Order: sequence, then C-alpha cells, then structure tokens
Amino acid sequence: MVKNILRSRGNLSRAERSRKFWDSFMYWCFSLCGLSAIAAVCGIAAYMVLAGTPAINEIGLFHFLLGSRWEPTAPQPAFGVLPMILTSVAGTALSVLASVLVGTLTAVFLEELAPNRLRQAAQATAALMAGLPSVVYGLVGATLLVPLVGKAENALFRGSSSHIFTGGANLLSASILLTVMILPTAIQVGGISLRAVPRELREASLALGADRTETAFKVLIPAARPGIVTGAVLGTGRAMGEAMAVMMVSGNAVNFPLPFHSVRFLTTGIVTEMGYSSGLHRKALFSIGLALFVWILATDLILEALVQREGGGQSA
Amino acid sequence: MSGRLTAENFHLWYGENHALKGISLTVPEREVFALIGPSGCGKSTFLRSLNRMTDLVEGVKRKGRILLDGQDIYLPGIDVTRLRKRVGMVFQKPSPFPMSIYDNVAYGPRIHGVKARSQLDGLVEASLRAAALWGEVSDRLKKPALGLSGGQQQRLCIARALAVQPEVLLMDEPTSALDPLSTGKIEELILSLRSRYTVVIVTHNLGQAVKVSDQAAFFLDGTLVEWGPAPELFGMPKDRRTEDYITGRRSLDG
Ligand SMILES: Nc1ncnc2c1ncn2[C@@H]1O[C@H](COP(=O)(O)OP(=O)(O)OP(=O)(O)O)[C@@H](O)[C@H]1O
Ligand SMILES: [Mg+2]
Repeated sequence: MVKNILRSRGNLSRAERSRKFWDSFMYWCFSLCGLSAIAAVCGIAAYMVLAGTPAINEIGLFHFLLGSRWEPTAPQPAFGVLPMILTSVAGTALSVLASVLVGTLTAVFLEELAPNRLRQAAQATAALMAGLPSVVYGLVGATLLVPLVGKAENALFRGSSSHIFTGGANLLSASILLTVMILPTAIQVGGISLRAVPRELREASLALGADRTETAFKVLIPAARPGIVTGAVLGTGRAMGEAMAVMMVSGNAVNFPLPFHSVRFLTTGIVTEMGYSSGLHRKALFSIGLALFVWILATDLILEALVQREGGGQSA
Repeated sequence: MSGRLTAENFHLWYGENHALKGISLTVPEREVFALIGPSGCGKSTFLRSLNRMTDLVEGVKRKGRILLDGQDIYLPGIDVTRLRKRVGMVFQKPSPFPMSIYDNVAYGPRIHGVKARSQLDGLVEASLRAAALWGEVSDRLKKPALGLSGGQQQRLCIARALAVQPEVLLMDEPTSALDPLSTGKIEELILSLRSRYTVVIVTHNLGQAVKVSDQAAFFLDGTLVEWGPAPELFGMPKDRRTEDYITGRRSLDG
C-alpha cells in the first residue's frame, strides 16, 4: 500500500517534469516563430528603405511624389509618380467601397434570408472564387469585361475629338475587376461577422416584433461592424498589392485616374519596367516599391486603429 | 384584450425529439405565472411557443392550440410581428443592442411606426420608470447601453420590452446571470409589473418562484405534472414528483 503510494508519487513528479519541459519547449518554439516573423518584416522594411531612398534623393522627394510626368527613358527623364499614386488610391478606394457594400448586403441576404441550400452553394462558390489566381481574373477581365466597357465608352464618347479612346482598358475596368476579386472575401468575412453576433441580439430584436430585414439592418450590421471593417482591411491589402490582373485590363498608360482613362497602378508600374530598366530608372522603381510599402503600412495602421476603436466601443 | 393565455393539448417536436407532450393550462390575466422543473424538461420551449419564437428553429412541428385572449396564435393568417408586439420577451442573458440607452428602448416603438420625438421621449421615460431604471440613467440616455452593469442591462431589456406596450411579458430565467442585489431589484420589479401585465417566468430558483408568482406549473420531461395557485403547488403539491422536486430530492434531474 505505502509502496504503491510512493511509486505513484514518483510517477506523478516524472510526468510533471516532462510537462514542464514541454511547456517551456513550446514557449520557446512560439517565441522563435513570433520573433522570426518580426525579424522578416523589419528586414524587408530596412531593405525597402535602403533600396528606395537613393533614387528619391537624386530626383528629389517633391519631384518624385508630386511630379505628374513619368518619362524614365526620355532624353530629359522625368520621374513623377503622382498619377500612379492617385490611380492606386482611386482604384483601391472604389473597389474596396463597392465590394464591402455589395459583399455585406450579399452576406446579409445569405445569412438571414436565403434558404439553406442557396446559402451553402453561395458559400462554396465564394470560397472557390477567393482562391482563384489573379491571372484567371485578368484573362476573364481582358476577354469579357474590357470589350464590354469599350462598347460603353464608344457609346458615351461618340464623336468626341478630345477623348483618347482606350478600347475598354481603363480605370473603370480595373476597378470593376478588383471589386469582383475582393468580393468573395468580403462576402465570407461579412458572413463570419454576422454569424458571430450573439444569438440573443437577433432574438431580442425579433421578439420585439421586428422582421428579419429590420433586424439585419438595425441590429446585426451595426453589431458586426468591427468584423466588416476587418474585411475592408483585408480587401484593401489585396487590391493595393494586385498587379497581374490589373495590368491586363487597365491600359497601363501613365495618366491621371478618370474612369475612361488608361491608367497605371503603382504595382503595375514596377512590373512593367523591371525587365529592361537600368541606372536611375531601376532605382526609381525601388522607390515606387518603397512608396507602396509606406502607403500600405499607413493604410493598415489607420484601419487597424479604426477597428480598435470600434472594438473598444463594443466592449465598453 | 387583456393577456390571457391558454394552451390546449399543445405538443412540440424538434425533429424527432418530442419536447412538449400535450400541455394544457391557463395563464390568467395580470398574474405572475412561474414555470419550474428540472433542466431540459421543456420550460423554455413552452415559453417560446407563446410568442412563436420556436418558429425560428428549423424542423419544428407542433400540434394543439395556444390561445391569446381566445384567439389561436398559430392560425395561418396571424401576423407574427403583431403577436410579438403583444407578447414581449426578456431573455436569460442581458442583451442590449450596441446603441445608446435611449435608442435601445425606442427600438421597438420605432419598429412599430412611432416617429414623433415627443411620443418616443414619453415612452422611453415611462418604460425606464416601469423598469426601475430611470433614476440611474436619466442623465445619460445618449450613452452606450453596453456601459451599464449586468443588472442595469437586464432592467434595460425589460424596459425595452415594455416600450412596445405588450400585454404579456415572457421571462426566461431573467436573473440567473445576475448578482443577488440585482436579482432582488428585478424580483421587486416583477411584483410591480403584475398590476398591468401578465407575466410568465421560467426560473430555477424556487425561492424566487415562491416570492413572485401567483400561479405555478411544474414540468417534467416534456409533460405538465401539475399547475395551480402557487401557495398550493409549493405548500402542498398533489403529485409525488412535484413534492420530490420542491423538497430538493433532485433524483429527477438526471
Ligand atoms: N433549438 C433547439 N433545437 C433542438 N432541440 C432543442 C432546441 N431547444 C431545446 N431543445 C430540446 O428540447 C428539450 C427541452 O429543452 P428546453 O430548452 O425547453 O428545456 P428547459 O426546461 O428550458 O431547460 P433549462 O432549464 O436547462 O433551460 C431538450 O431536450 C432540448 O435538448
Ligand atoms: Mg431553458
């Protein structure tokens, strides 16, 4: 009897020792993972700054950011990226707004009103579409969307002598395509945030005599707003970082962003010229990269701050 | 219109699960009716059948009738929205909407078409007073409701339910998430509501049932074992199973 107790005590402490070992082992594993992620981000940031600043110094920050001409191979080269910056801002803002709006409404319909079958089918489709490589979107956009937008353009500007026809490859096409690309994620995130709204809120509203639509718009969407903003952050990331599909439908000419202008985004600016650039031109492309990096970082921080504030309001 | 509820041989199935097996009882108007019984016996299901919240569950089947002032609430032509306006509900977990205190209380009236500011102001104040919360929040009606304490949130939910001027108030364990002090306040509140509303309350707290109820019903495994005036049901239950439950022989719980 006594022996048994002693032995079991011995086992216990051995088990405990092994638990302690695993605990600290896992602790170091997680720390290492976390640290290497931080190190990678810092490394990339440092490299972007190092590679991006020389050209900016040479061109001058003012001329670089606010110059409206991008003629890197002209006898008198000009390196102004303002049109590209504005294009990226306009294209991203348009497509994120449109897709969050449409995506949230779609999610409300699917979660609150649609029959089960339809919801499941739509969710599977959204998951599939979110995973499609962007080249596929680019191909579909170039063969279906661009000709359609081109027709609209022809109808709108018929007889105009000042309009430079784009054949449909313009900011409008790019924004529509980006919207479609972000939409599946917006629908998914919208659905997740709606489902995360406590059941009590939905029931409380219905029990007061509200119908499902009133409940969705007056209670569920406000309660799901932090999640919806997070979806906007994700969408912004994808929209700003997208190059391939956009290049196939935007016309790729450096112009100020108007719907029926051919335009070039910051990302496509780098991709287009990386192959043949040299010297200051090449260094300037790295500066574009730096501008993109800083801008994505800033947007993320701002949107995160928004989410934080929303979250604070929720739990307060 | 007075808020008298009658169940006639009411059955309910969740899919294959026969959750209510022929419930017949009458809730008299302007009294507090307590539903007691062990966990899973069907109290919430019965309560939610009274304002058709069970409609929201997929695969629910019913049989029998539930009458509100003599009218069958499950008849095809019935407007569920209007029914729920007449039969309000307060849930176990305080569930204020993420908006201001004022907007929480005004939510129901607005849904039902009250727009005039003065009328809304009046309803909000009257409801908060009836829920014994006015004194604590009158100076911060525009503040988020989520900033209130748990007990205050629950009284806000009661005010929100009262604001649509219901005839019946259903309460599903309204104090089980609250501390004793808040619980006491809500019990007093329930007693004060009795003069104007019919109240049906589910509670696991027998002391609470004794304190607040005029009538009581004991449920067991989907059946109604007995019901009647609360002093009789708690004082001298007719059925052995009721007695066992009340005296704490919880062998029935398993
Ligand atoms: N939404 C639902 N879907 C399927 N079955 C359900 C649902 N709600 C309740 N049930 C089942 O119906 C039966 C009665 O449940 P109910 O919630 O009415 O019990 P209760 O008396 O309120 O219990 P408790 O005291 O724990 O709240 C249980 O067997 C439960 O599993
Ligand atoms: Mg229950």
